[in-house]
Amino acid sequence: MSDPGKLNTSSSELDLDRPNIEDYLPSGASIHEPHGQLRLRDLLDISPTLTEAAGAIIDDSFTRCFKSNPPEPWNWNVYLFPLWCCGVVVRYGILFPVRVIVLTIGWIIFLSAYIPVHVLLKGHDKLRKKIERYLVELICSFFVASWTGVVKYHGPRPSMRPKQVFVSNHTSMIDFIVLEQMTPFAVIMQKHPGWVGLLQSTILDSLGCIWFNRSEAKDRETVAKKLRDHVQGSDNNPLLIFPEGTCVNNHYTVMFKKGAFELGCTVCPIAVKYNKIFVDAFWNSRKQSFTMHLLQLMTSWAVVCDVWYLEPQTLKPGETAIEFAERVRDIISVRAGLKKVPWDGYLKYSRPSPKHRELK
Amino acid sequence: MGNSSSMLTQYDIEEVQGHCNHAFSQQEIVSLYQRFCQLDRSSGGFISADEFLSVPEFAVNPLAQRLLRTVDGLNFKEFVAFLSAFSPRATLQQKIEFIFKLYDSDGKGSVSYKDILDVLRDLTGHFISEEQREQVLKQVLEEAGYRKDSSLVFADFVKILGNPGLKMEVEVPVD
Repeated sequence: MSDPGKLNTSSSELDLDRPNIEDYLPSGASIHEPHGQLRLRDLLDISPTLTEAAGAIIDDSFTRCFKSNPPEPWNWNVYLFPLWCCGVVVRYGILFPVRVIVLTIGWIIFLSAYIPVHVLLKGHDKLRKKIERYLVELICSFFVASWTGVVKYHGPRPSMRPKQVFVSNHTSMIDFIVLEQMTPFAVIMQKHPGWVGLLQSTILDSLGCIWFNRSEAKDRETVAKKLRDHVQGSDNNPLLIFPEGTCVNNHYTVMFKKGAFELGCTVCPIAVKYNKIFVDAFWNSRKQSFTMHLLQLMTSWAVVCDVWYLEPQTLKPGETAIEFAERVRDIISVRAGLKKVPWDGYLKYSRPSPKHRELK
Repeated sequence: MGNSSSMLTQYDIEEVQGHCNHAFSQQEIVSLYQRFCQLDRSSGGFISADEFLSVPEFAVNPLAQRLLRTVDGLNFKEFVAFLSAFSPRATLQQKIEFIFKLYDSDGKGSVSYKDILDVLRDLTGHFISEEQREQVLKQVLEEAGYRKDSSLVFADFVKILGNPGLKMEVEVPVD
């Protein structure tokens, strides 16, 4: 089997990336039962472990986080089918072109304002930044309009203060756009290829966004440093972090990475919940590209979601970063009605290291 | 049985049901098929070891590697037959047989001291030293009336594990 070799290399990466699971799995059970009472039967009876393994094969909580349940097709009878056809015609024939036009107009306005400002006002940083922030908020509003987004914001608007980070649950890249249209956050994101990457390196860079690459192990330290530098500066845009590290299907939350919680700042949780009746906003990055995802949103009726800005939290005395992360995850999950799952989002991309197996 | 389409015909379901000795109801087989397709991401008609290990709950199980030896590359019919030992309708005999086959890695029909030690090592890992493991096993075997070099056959397993029975069941979610 080629597996033993593969597991070895990935475990060294995993060591850097995810100390999470070890802290959560119960520490090794003591197997030192008194010899007098240990019988051959107890040694041979592996049924509990086997039951767990079979249970995992049949259904496991991790895969459920990323399942996008297709909505029940309701267009199956004589009356509803024509209605649905009309719906399709309206959505693709009328709404979609209108939205594309809206979006194009938005982009034209944005680019014609942004490029001159960026180039000409090079010397006047403060003014330039202010205008750029406003322009980014504008283009995000255009994006949201292009999906007929109905976003209800609850709670106080985030203010620009140093030493604070915002954390939110993650369902799709549009989370960022939805949040950005209200406040000019600087985000930490995975570097994407294609036109998204281009946007990342040009426009979003000016907001102070930070990029990382999941596949590079050393990246973690450089990113941690960049995070720390960013939160110290008072002039920087407030930092938005998605501690799940990956997109989850808006019914569950996976474990938060502790990186956001060890920066010594107040953490302001944000909860985002999409209304599935209108469209399923979950971006299954394995199944579709972001462009397809956007097109899907633009040909649906609407994107309806709730955004709650929750009370800022600080590290309690005696609390570890991980406990803090779990506490905040709890707050967000309760607010948005999501179930918590004890798995690390990165397990989507790699395997648990042998260490975790042995702990079990 | 189509591998990329998620449609099972009635004939397919009955064939699979027969193959696993009616351990699962037809509804459960449909659910298992959905699960099979979900795990079989490459749509090859069978689940490879890699695809099994992509389920973290399975990958952290101490007996995962052992189970993989049996379960790697199974097509759907064999997959259901494999899981049939965990059905509530399975007999005690079938469950003990499953456990026996897992211990008997060379398939010779007998489980040696070394085989039991191997499984113990999988389960306990670093938590006990090799010496302690051997000692415990030797002592427990002797107390049960076996010598270190005797090998256990299926009938022995039935005797040891048979009373008061095994609890080894999983429930197949049926929506």
